[in-house]
Amino acid sequence: MDAFPSRSDAGVVVQDLHVTFPLYHGSARTLRRTLAKVASSRFEQDQQQRMVVQALRGVSFSLRPGDRLGLVGGNGAGKTTLLRALAGIYEPVAGRVIVRGEINALLDTNLGMNSELTGRENIALRGLHAGLTPRRIRAIEDDVQDFADLGSFLDMPVRTYSSGMVVRLGFALATSVRPRVLLMDEWFLAGDTNFMMKAQNRLEQLVRQAEILVISTHQLDVVAAWCTQVLWMDGGTIRLQGTPEDVLPAYLADEPAVEGDPARDKAEAG
Amino acid sequence: MSRRVFPSLFPEGSPMTAPSAAVAAEPLLDLQPEDRRARLRHVLRDLGETGRLWRLCWTLGWLDVKLRYRGSVLGPFWLTASTAVMVGAMSLLYTTLFRIDLRTYMPFLSLSLVLWGFIGGVVNEGATCFTAAEGMIRSMRLPFALHAARCIIRNILVLLHNVVVVVVVFAIFRVWPGHQALWALPGAALWLLDAVAACLLLGTLGARYRDIPPIIASLMQIFFFISPIIWRPELITRGHAWLQLNPFYALIEIVRRPLLGEQASAHLWRLSVYDSVLLWTAALLLFMRVRARLAYWI
Repeated sequence: MDAFPSRSDAGVVVQDLHVTFPLYHGSARTLRRTLAKVASSRFEQDQQQRMVVQALRGVSFSLRPGDRLGLVGGNGAGKTTLLRALAGIYEPVAGRVIVRGEINALLDTNLGMNSELTGRENIALRGLHAGLTPRRIRAIEDDVQDFADLGSFLDMPVRTYSSGMVVRLGFALATSVRPRVLLMDEWFLAGDTNFMMKAQNRLEQLVRQAEILVISTHQLDVVAAWCTQVLWMDGGTIRLQGTPEDVLPAYLADEPAVEGDPARDKAEAG
Repeated sequence: MSRRVFPSLFPEGSPMTAPSAAVAAEPLLDLQPEDRRARLRHVLRDLGETGRLWRLCWTLGWLDVKLRYRGSVLGPFWLTASTAVMVGAMSLLYTTLFRIDLRTYMPFLSLSLVLWGFIGGVVNEGATCFTAAEGMIRSMRLPFALHAARCIIRNILVLLHNVVVVVVVFAIFRVWPGHQALWALPGAALWLLDAVAACLLLGTLGARYRDIPPIIASLMQIFFFISPIIWRPELITRGHAWLQLNPFYALIEIVRRPLLGEQASAHLWRLSVYDSVLLWTAALLLFMRVRARLAYWI
């Protein structure tokens, strides 16, 4: 298995990844009762008799430059958890995650944005998160201004923005840092059609530079249009892996009602 | 199929020993369950990365203070104003109640209250430094010590606003500590080190057990009275040994005494260093053990 063709290329290798959540908070007793009813195989007690949720169970795959991976699967299949594990937020309980290249993760609707701060202040903050110098942050500010097209709203607090504007700002910010590995959750698809066209142009520009994209979504047309590979997640494991032509028909046949609503609900909630 | 897959990519030793500078600069994330030594290295890397992100730490800490008072007329100077009122009221109350000389008591009290404000702030907010940053922790990988640094910087900025009150009181009563005040600098450095350890220790505990922050808050209220904050430690004539068990006693004295123009004894310094070593050991052991799990608890 030649994981990375060369040392300087971006790459992702996930080996037998296990992610397990302890259930400490919330009412353990009622939770336990609920769980007994659900009787799902994904809940179990570990050696110390704690309740745990096995969010990912033995996931393995690898990605090379140019790969665009779409994660599909029902709610709670482990898609977002996998994205967070790739971002290095959740460290493996077992197994290994290796990511070579600068990572950028678009996971939360507000991306750690502070809604009390103006758009411009948030840009500066985001740049600081990425460890950039003030000069590079100014360059990013111009770039974001061009793309997000917020006009005078850039100097208003983000809480006054419409959800579409927040998404435009977030998307422009995340893609302006030019990550070599871009991780995206489905929320960003909440933009209007006009934005989607622009987003696609910008995203394809990124991927053309031989970088890696991992996107989790319920919108299968997006997967078909943007992705070169699909990972069908089910219950924390990989159900099926392959090209969109292979996986999507099988996925649709199995879960015909998945398209549409969940993604929209999530976007509106955020 | 384990590590042997990657011999060409990750030669024995450090994976960062790459041939050219361009490659060495390439960020690499390699995560897996770790043994004790790897955990310690990871904690040190966490602290180092926090240091490199000092601009972010500073901005976050400053924004915390600024946003708390955005839209108000005085802005962060509300901190100064409320401390001034508190110092004035308490000085009048205690000097009248206990017939103490205002001239000596008020400088002492203003300094004590401001210093305790910093300690109490760091300890109380330290217990929630990770849980309060939930959104940030779950949206990107950042060193955890960053949240501790943010909490400390925020409290330093609050302290600086409050110091104005002390300076004014000292000026009114013509108190000048002289060169002795320089001894407060090593004390302040020790405080800073201890603040990092306290945030890491309490923040971790607070993330795992949500009862910790309110417990800490009530403990700190008790410590306010049993520590020599509003009273001078010289007032305790019997049972002085008990006072030494209070970790805040020596730590406060090594900074406060020099600023009042008095000498902090070597004994006080020894006590402070013992307390600090103990605190750091506990913080390091705990943080090392659970750093990788913190994101799961938030």
